[in-house]
Amino acid sequence: MADNKGVMICGEITEGKLAPITTELLSGGRKLADTLGGELSAVLIGSGIGDLATEAIAFGADKVYVVDDPLLADYRTDSYVAVMEKVVKEVSPNIVLMGQTAIGRDLAPRLAFRLDTAASMDCLDLSIDPDSKLLLQTRSVYGGNAMGTYVCEGTKPQIATVRAKAMDPMAKDDSRKGEVVTIDAGLDPSMIRTTVIDKVKEEVEGIKLEDAEVIVCGGRGMGSTEAFQELEALAKLLGAAVGATRPPCDNGWVPAAMQVGLTGKIVSPTLYIAVALSGASQHMAGCSGSKNIIAINKDADANIFNEARFGVVGDYKKVLPAFTKKVKELLAG
Amino acid sequence: MPNMIVCVKQIADPEAPAGSFRVDESANQVVPAPGVSQVVSPFDEQAVEAALRIKDAHGGTITAISLGKNFVMDVIKKPLSMGGDELVLLQDPAFEGADSRSTAYALAMAIKKVGEYDVIFCGRQAADWDAGQVGSGIAEFLGIPSVTVAKKVEFVDGKVKVERITSDGYEVIEVSTPALITISNELGEPRYPKLKGIMAAAKKEVPTWTAQDIGADASQLGTAGARIKLLKVFQPVKEGKCEIIEGESPEEAAANLALKLREAKLL
Repeated sequence: MADNKGVMICGEITEGKLAPITTELLSGGRKLADTLGGELSAVLIGSGIGDLATEAIAFGADKVYVVDDPLLADYRTDSYVAVMEKVVKEVSPNIVLMGQTAIGRDLAPRLAFRLDTAASMDCLDLSIDPDSKLLLQTRSVYGGNAMGTYVCEGTKPQIATVRAKAMDPMAKDDSRKGEVVTIDAGLDPSMIRTTVIDKVKEEVEGIKLEDAEVIVCGGRGMGSTEAFQELEALAKLLGAAVGATRPPCDNGWVPAAMQVGLTGKIVSPTLYIAVALSGASQHMAGCSGSKNIIAINKDADANIFNEARFGVVGDYKKVLPAFTKKVKELLAG
Repeated sequence: MPNMIVCVKQIADPEAPAGSFRVDESANQVVPAPGVSQVVSPFDEQAVEAALRIKDAHGGTITAISLGKNFVMDVIKKPLSMGGDELVLLQDPAFEGADSRSTAYALAMAIKKVGEYDVIFCGRQAADWDAGQVGSGIAEFLGIPSVTVAKKVEFVDGKVKVERITSDGYEVIEVSTPALITISNELGEPRYPKLKGIMAAAKKEVPTWTAQDIGADASQLGTAGARIKLLKVFQPVKEGKCEIIEGESPEEAAANLALKLREAKLL
């Protein structure tokens, strides 16, 4: 498979726009393509894609493959794997990147196995080995306690999914030129074995965690739904979103959509106030991109103090009300 | 009544304190911390729970399959003590050095040997290497549909209804059988084994199958069947420069923290 050339990203579309992960992948893919001296292509799959191909070019793509078909309106494993298999076989890319998202984490392994190659999931860093010119895929393992660097030596394409916010998107440049190629989906509806019968939004009201500049996050030590209402009060003052570690979600104190971590949301706010959470690596995997972490925890040995910039060692039941009161004073004055 | 299969993995307890975690970078290996116990990977326990909920509602059988080595019988029999019917262990030097692909191949071959199945459950990812590929791989090798990262699974009119987690909520998916479903933590806490279940599991004979038993092609197994190679494993360096804000009382420390944030222009 020496003929495989170029870097391809598999874009995602949310509510008629390029999803943030798409522009992040375009930026990461651009660097790899430039290092290898090759082309960066994007695949956009969906129904009614319209002008988004031009947008993908403005964000860094040289070529955009558009696969537009009513059967592709919903993400379904069978249809999307079949489309990607077809596109990859036609284009023969050297590298294929996807997001570590509900779509990418489902699509990448099945596509890799169908093409008899391999995928690396949840990569934080991608680079080209100067000697072998192969893709070095560095991902978090053991719940974020360690990192592993992988290489796919004998098969192509090299496939990786990339964690949200691991790569900064490039500025949009509308003067960039590129080519748009339409590919027929060629789907037989009878091969799609799943049906999406409902989509349920569970967004928590207010600011989205992924977009928030300030986040107040509570852990197992909060102990109850009521305790989270205290966090809400602080969040309201700060214009912040409220997050949670896994135990409060699993215990039903707060909705699952509030979970920050390896299996929850990936966030990177300017200010992350961590209350009564120990800082387990599985949680830190979701928030270690925060610029400033503030810890309030009664256990001075808690790992969160290794991650934080400022901290108070104390029972949140005493610290939090006093902190909220002082913040209110400062913001008023 | 549905025949169900659950794939489970025995791993070092992922809830062990992060501080005890060590990597031997020269050997590219994770060093087990002293005293850290072996457990069934938590997402896999939830996969067992998902199968048990269907068994509670509709009856049927549950066969657990585990590929690994150094099995601790009290640990790996947990799917049985929780209420599963059979357990099969896959152990053979030929399975070692596997990546997600060759692991999925071996499990798929073992599932073929088990025979009839309606639903296969896996955890969304093993809580050690966190790859999250084996479930999809088994489905691909068996040529059956898969639905990943589910929080609820029901059996309705011979089809499987799955709530699959998305970035802003979940989608409800209907899939024909046989199908493979991977389970996420949002399913909820797995049940505790009852004493009766533990005693029955202790007495249960558990077969161990080798590569030959499952009719596997050696070139697809272990290192030979792997398509990806781990070059190195390492621990990211943490700066750990937290400034602890003091005070005469917790309340005063809290107020000083707010002042500090203002000073640092974070408020």
